[in-house]
Amino acid sequence: MQKNDDAVRYGLLIDYEFCTNCHTCEVACKKELGLKSGEYGIKVLEDGPRQNGDGKWEWSYLPVPTSLCDLCEKRVAEGRKPTCVHHCQSGIMYYGPVEELVKKMADKPKMVLYSK
Amino acid sequence: MSEELNKELYRTESRWQEGEYTVTRTSVWTAPGCHNGCGVLLYSKNGKLEKIEGDPNAPFNRGRLCLRCINMIEQVYSSERLKWPLKRVGEKGENKWQRITWDEAYDIIENKYNEIKDNHGVESIVSLVGTGRNSMWQPAVITRAIFGSPNLSFGFLSGDSCYQPRMTANLIKLGDCVISDCSQAHPLREKNPEWEKPEVIVVWGNNPLVSNGDGFIGHWLVDMMRLGTKLIVIDPALTWLAAKADIWLRVRPGSDAALAMAFLNVIINEDLYDHDFVETWTYGFDDLVERVQEYSPEKVADITWIPKEQIIEAARMYAKAKPAAIQWGLAVDMQMAAMEASSAITDLMAMTGNIDVPGGNIIQRYAYNRSKKYGSAIEYISEEMLLKRIGTYESPIHESGYTPFIPPDKLLECLETGRPYPVQMLWLQGTNPIANMAGEAPRVYAAMKKVPFCVAVDLFMTPSAVAFADVILPAAMSVERDSFRAWWTPLRSITKGAELYEQCKSDEEIVLDLGKRIRPDRFSQYNNIKEYLDQLLQEDGGVDYDFDTLVEKVNDFWDWDYTYKKYEKGMLRKDEQPGFVTPTGLYEFTSPLFDVWGFDMLPKHIEPVEGPYTTPELMREYPFVLTTGNRLWGCFHSEHRQMPTMREVHPDPMMDINPKAADKLGINEGDWVWLENRRGRCKQKARFNVGLDPRVVRGEHGWWFPEKEGAEPTLFGVFDSNINNLTTMGVHGPTHYGAPYKSTICKVYKVTEENDRVSPTEIVTRRGGFSYAKK
Repeated sequence: MQKNDDAVRYGLLIDYEFCTNCHTCEVACKKELGLKSGEYGIKVLEDGPRQNGDGKWEWSYLPVPTSLCDLCEKRVAEGRKPTCVHHCQSGIMYYGPVEELVKKMADKPKMVLYSK
Repeated sequence: MSEELNKELYRTESRWQEGEYTVTRTSVWTAPGCHNGCGVLLYSKNGKLEKIEGDPNAPFNRGRLCLRCINMIEQVYSSERLKWPLKRVGEKGENKWQRITWDEAYDIIENKYNEIKDNHGVESIVSLVGTGRNSMWQPAVITRAIFGSPNLSFGFLSGDSCYQPRMTANLIKLGDCVISDCSQAHPLREKNPEWEKPEVIVVWGNNPLVSNGDGFIGHWLVDMMRLGTKLIVIDPALTWLAAKADIWLRVRPGSDAALAMAFLNVIINEDLYDHDFVETWTYGFDDLVERVQEYSPEKVADITWIPKEQIIEAARMYAKAKPAAIQWGLAVDMQMAAMEASSAITDLMAMTGNIDVPGGNIIQRYAYNRSKKYGSAIEYISEEMLLKRIGTYESPIHESGYTPFIPPDKLLECLETGRPYPVQMLWLQGTNPIANMAGEAPRVYAAMKKVPFCVAVDLFMTPSAVAFADVILPAAMSVERDSFRAWWTPLRSITKGAELYEQCKSDEEIVLDLGKRIRPDRFSQYNNIKEYLDQLLQEDGGVDYDFDTLVEKVNDFWDWDYTYKKYEKGMLRKDEQPGFVTPTGLYEFTSPLFDVWGFDMLPKHIEPVEGPYTTPELMREYPFVLTTGNRLWGCFHSEHRQMPTMREVHPDPMMDINPKAADKLGINEGDWVWLENRRGRCKQKARFNVGLDPRVVRGEHGWWFPEKEGAEPTLFGVFDSNINNLTTMGVHGPTHYGAPYKSTICKVYKVTEENDRVSPTEIVTRRGGFSYAKK
């Protein structure tokens, strides 16, 4: 695996339909980057729960990489995936060149792509 | 959890060198507390654990990890950990300790054991354990094989209401335990050609994403959802799973048995059951047909507060799905009708032909039958000594050996009355009763104070250790242990990846040390832990290899566990005939054993002892139904409260209330509120849950505050936010199983300066308890 350079931009693709707010990405990231209490490299935001007119519930979580996220530069250099991607309990995070992730995004609704 | 692997980094050996790190590939199980045993890679340097990663090659978790393992380094090297054995020097509760050596600690324990043996009898030694972790068989062996006492119990878990009712109902009805099949029994997982995806999973009485109970990783449900599995969720509260479900049944806490009977009613009366299975493999169907007529969806709608149409729709959806699984959990156990609900839900699995089929509820045994857990070493107890078990002969199912514990409610009576004999010593291993499992915690506190001598084996100083212990032994964490796990499948190594912290010892070492001292006739043949583990792996027809070989294998899936329809293949019974391990050889809708014991042979609904239909007059003062014990992402029961990372996720104890109900009481989100009933009160912070019935509130359990003073009367604030100030002991279902931890009542009001002058902990430790309890 490689990191960002002039030629290729890397990013994270997240299938947020299945994010459960398990906090694994947040804490794995804190441990990897050695962040203090109150600091996050990725933070999970919440929408809902709220009942729609049809009676169905709307309740989504969205992990948002912060400015502290370096896409696990050190891990990636070692040949690993970013720790959030590796440990995500739902297995819904993908790392790679943005162009490839865009193709993957076309396969399924409710995905979100973050470029770095 | 990721799909493709870097095979150079993620190897399949058990240990390798990676630069300056030694990498140990194994599983983790206790401590930290957890019901699972996820595969991990431990990166250590000079004997110190430096990093941890989920093992992507472990079929069980496939690289995913939860907060507890991700935060491993913080916990293993926490300065708060117990570092060496301690002896009490002040009064009990003063939290004054002196460092002693292991030999000194063992001398004290051995002398006390001899004194008790000579003057009172070894039966007056009682051991208490926590929930299902790798500290189950060790205290069982210490109690039975070393001390020779028959008295082992959960740490005052009223009604044995954690998995014991569900397992017991399974064992009585079909002779084995069943779990939902998310492909976890086979190393190829979803690629196993025999496996099928459950079309529907009923998530009943648990929020597995958070709780991960009973050896089941909750996020396997997400794996199934991503494959297209539909959900029916039965939960009083709106959970994320409930929000995503096709049908969410917002059940009134404590009415699950009625709901299951209504499901059976619909499935039978609409002829949606599996005729082949029912006719060939079951006993007593006609009696059940008659009984379920008492549970029409209309009637059960009133009992459960679920609209009739939803009950019917859910029953049809479950029955018509092929295959379908029921992923049940603790809430089924924590009610008066625990055994009854467990029986009726098991009947649903049988009637729909979903037992031991791919994607249904599969029959599982511990891998290679290697784990006796709480039942370990019972063979060392003579018939005469068995007769001395406290309270056991008042509970036929306990007497028959289905649960290897003495009934916790009877143990409490014994401590309070000194009958049938006074307890002289308590051995607490991995349990912190007054902070966690004990119902009516202030009452249990007073009773435990009466026991003259107490040993606690734990990781951290706990409120229970301060209040009761004379000697404290510091336990090792999982990454410091050599052990194994056989709860379901695969058989997994637990291999030491770090040197022991300070002077801690593993639970296995404590067993051997004490065994060699007190019962050398039973333990002197083992020169080290590995020889002992070899014996445990191989005895009674186990595996044909030793512990070192298991370490190399890391995971060993047992083909018996992943074979489907074992009842057709003669794989269950000792006589190798087809059928189930029951008196009739069939799945039993009516259980002749229940009849022998004097219980109803068929399931039924039992109302909670306190609630709108049993105590309407009390509801005027205590208008809410209170359900307790919803799980936290980062904390396992009462553990982890001293971990800064976990407290960032969970700073305060939280109670859930519908915003409309809160509004009427002038409560804003984030306000501290009192939850109070006749037994006592505790304070937690209000959190709004729009999905919660306005008549129901939820309170968290396990809260104490390691950051506060340990000595009494503060005692780490253990009673301040303790939801078990409100729960009960000695109130259980007719079978002695199931207690209403999740279905009692309370009122809720704001904490003010005026009403918060004396803390609940001071009331309990200094003023004799809450006034109701004193009566």
